[in-house]
Amino acid sequence: MQTHQYDVVIVGAGGAGMRAALESSGRVRTAVISKLYPTRSHTGAAQGGMCAALANVEEDNWEWHTFDTVKGGDYLVDQDAAEIMAKEAIEAVLDLERMGLPFNRTPEGKIDQRRFGGHTRNHGEAAVRRSCYAADRTGHMILQTLYQQCVKQDVSFFNEFYVLDVLLSSDLSTGEVADGEPVAVSGVVAYELATGEIHLFRAKSVVFATGGAGKIYKTTSNAHTLTGDGMALALRRGIPLEDMEFFQFHPTGLAGLGILLSEAARGEGGILRNGDGERFMERYAPTIKDLAPRDIVARSMANEVREGRGAGPNKDYVLLDLTHLEPAHIDAKLPDITEFARTYLGIEPYTEPVPVYPTAHYAMGGIPTNINTEVLRNNTDVVQGLYAAGEVACVSVHGSNRLGTNSLLDINVFGKRAGIAAAAYAATVDWAELPEDPAAYVVGEIERMRDQPVGERVSDLRRELQESMDLNAQVFRTQESLTQALADIKHLKKRYGSVSVQDKGRRYNTDLLEALELGFLLELAEVVVVGALAREESRGGHFREDFPTRDDERFMMHTMAYQRPSSTAGETEIRLDHKPVIMTRYQPMERKY
Amino acid sequence: MTAVVDAPSGASPETAPEVGAVPTFDVTLRIRRYNPEVAGDEAYWEEFTVTAHGTDRVLDAMHKIKWELDGSLTFRRSCAHGICGSDAMRINGRNRLACKALLKDLNPDKPITIEPIKGLPVEKDLVVDMEPFFASYREIMPFLITSGNEPSKERLQSAEQRERYDDTTKCILCAACTSSCPVFWTDGQYFGPAAIVNAHRFIFDSRDEGGTQRLEILNDKEGVWRCRTTFNCTEACPRGIEVTKAIQEVKRAMITRAF
Ligand SMILES: Cc1cc2nc3c(=O)[nH]c(=O)nc-3n(C[C@H](O)[C@H](O)[C@H](O)COP(=O)(O)OP(=O)(O)OC[C@H]3O[C@@H](n4cnc5c(N)ncnc54)[C@H](O)[C@@H]3O)c2cc1C
Ligand code: SF4
Ligand code: FES
Repeated sequence: MQTHQYDVVIVGAGGAGMRAALESSGRVRTAVISKLYPTRSHTGAAQGGMCAALANVEEDNWEWHTFDTVKGGDYLVDQDAAEIMAKEAIEAVLDLERMGLPFNRTPEGKIDQRRFGGHTRNHGEAAVRRSCYAADRTGHMILQTLYQQCVKQDVSFFNEFYVLDVLLSSDLSTGEVADGEPVAVSGVVAYELATGEIHLFRAKSVVFATGGAGKIYKTTSNAHTLTGDGMALALRRGIPLEDMEFFQFHPTGLAGLGILLSEAARGEGGILRNGDGERFMERYAPTIKDLAPRDIVARSMANEVREGRGAGPNKDYVLLDLTHLEPAHIDAKLPDITEFARTYLGIEPYTEPVPVYPTAHYAMGGIPTNINTEVLRNNTDVVQGLYAAGEVACVSVHGSNRLGTNSLLDINVFGKRAGIAAAAYAATVDWAELPEDPAAYVVGEIERMRDQPVGERVSDLRRELQESMDLNAQVFRTQESLTQALADIKHLKKRYGSVSVQDKGRRYNTDLLEALELGFLLELAEVVVVGALAREESRGGHFREDFPTRDDERFMMHTMAYQRPSSTAGETEIRLDHKPVIMTRYQPMERKY
Repeated sequence: MTAVVDAPSGASPETAPEVGAVPTFDVTLRIRRYNPEVAGDEAYWEEFTVTAHGTDRVLDAMHKIKWELDGSLTFRRSCAHGICGSDAMRINGRNRLACKALLKDLNPDKPITIEPIKGLPVEKDLVVDMEPFFASYREIMPFLITSGNEPSKERLQSAEQRERYDDTTKCILCAACTSSCPVFWTDGQYFGPAAIVNAHRFIFDSRDEGGTQRLEILNDKEGVWRCRTTFNCTEACPRGIEVTKAIQEVKRAMITRAF
């Protein structure tokens, strides 16, 4: 085992991790640990844009942006956090431009802006041009630009290192540590892909920036590597997860594949049509139609299909129509996504509508933090020195449904805040005590997995999990479907105990890592489903057919899910608690578009 | 219309070929394996046959092998749609991303050969050591260089100025170009096309003031002049970047810009 010591360790080199690193590495000794090369991170897949009320092309202000974010999240947003994000958005975009990001430009040479779902002028009057973009590869440009700046600042990276544990001064997983008692982070344990060696990183501050968990579903826009590692590691160490039942299904995934076609396609004028050619969004959201927030559009699409108005031989998808747009316009604004349609479905978007269906896209929930990105271990106490930002975190700026472009914003605003806060904390404290034999848990898990001579196949369990989640916990949910999903997950968790990997080696053993990632997926899926069962209402991305309306009386609160030992020895269960929603300016109203 | 149950699919004239339902077929992958930990220092070929669907990509077939036949088959991948640059490999002798190469476009009647990209040390199966590649990238100073005070708002840039370097901003650092370059194969010190592409991205950015320094670096004996314009790189680039053209433009800038 090798031991390293850094003031700040950042786990994850996507947008949030690298934005944090740029702040932290200039202040204190910082290392970034990432299971992927930084430029492989899924931030690079983001297409549409990043919103900020620059008002470069029409009147706009951060207060309207805050309102849209709160309303878009179906009022489950913490309004203080949303206000910070909308205010700091402007500087975040300008920061990126000054780092060299090649934004598209207005005729005057300023950053151009375009429309995006749910972003409106003056509290819902009409769609507003707020999204700053670089063609349809805004995320790619953000990831490249941040990496370029990290190269410039000579940030220390540990690439293809998998963090598999986070070390705390007290064991929170039993639920026995009293509220108010100080608990601090002391480092992380990582596995080096190239050699199979274990590394202990001692740190004063740790920032989690490990991204999302889309792979709990089968149909998803997320990368194979988005297995919710950071969330699962926190959960195992007794830290709660917030609002995990809210998962966003993006309306326009390529049918059957899940590959995303950005909302920018509709922002640029694309129209959704059912099998009869009808522009059905006119019925569901008469004012902003195809540009209604994602949860509404996704449900409307699924409903068209369910009621027999789908397109295609099996009537199991709807169509995204761009054929009325000028090919030159498509080439200038949507080159990559139209290329996806050509490459993967053999469809020419100039002349043919593209088959689309909702795809699992974004985890609104995650590790709870306050507005300074400090991780909460209950409703009020923070874990000292532990921070989280980006999709792994829930600060809650997205509430029950994230607006398009608000995640690229989130990773920049809260990534920056995390870097600053982690460095400031590390500069003032001493090293926290390491637990005895800090790598024991990770070493044990790996040995167990590698030494199991024969057993269940990882891919079978993963497929069964993903299929059950797609079937039972997707756009439409019921008590019955969720109960089924929970039973499936519990059964799969049992079988997971006898999983074996074929590759027994140490070098580049991706077989082993896929097995460990499956463990994360199973535990997170359980949290999603348990939360969804308990939330007997419909709000944002969570829609219960048996409880189709929002119930503010019972459920205007965040879910806090804790993994605790169950009465059966050696097993765990999810216990739910609640956290109040922070409201400042806006009282909940009915959400109409 | 009543469905004719036992008619072979697509045979009945009234049944239009179903767009959604794609036929399955068997495909054989002939893969270059290497694992010094168990199989010694020699690389060898191994063939696997799997059943694939019409829209499956090489990556899907490789996953099938890994997940159902041989868990030790090792390759990098993440996004699965051509955006992260993890899975460049030599497929039927050409560098491509496994996640963008559709099986049906590769003549599945013959075995499809899969090898690691060339010119970088092979670590295991299709995994190569990417460090030399990223080291060249870092050397050309791939970041915006400016002088003077930061503006309080954005720097202005016209749409035309922005367009000037648009093509080279698309690079995902997959190394398909560099590892298809005969000059790089014989001389690993050569910067290689990808580094030059990323230098181009800044040299032609109207906001950048580091052009002279970058041109000096690339004027080195391992720099742009080693390029023999074989166009392999342009053909290999999964992002459709005109790599050779970018290299030519950098060469020209060296001659015309005084430094
Ligand atoms: C196709 C697509 C399009 C999108 N378009 C938009 C858009 O237009 N606008 C918008 O605002 N949002 C968009 N989003 C959402 C947004 O891109 C993501 O939410 C955001 O980029 C997440 O950034 P992140 O830094 O939190 O995580 P990521 O970029 O996913 O990075 C995660 C990092 O964590 C590392 N990591 C993970 N686990 C471990 C571990 N165990 N050990 C070490 N390292 C680990 C990974 O290596 C990686 O570096 C889109 C998402 C997708 C999938
Ligand atoms: S120029 Fe093209 S082939 Fe070369 S690294 Fe960039 S994306 Fe890959
Ligand atoms: S897996 Fe990302 S480019 Fe192929």
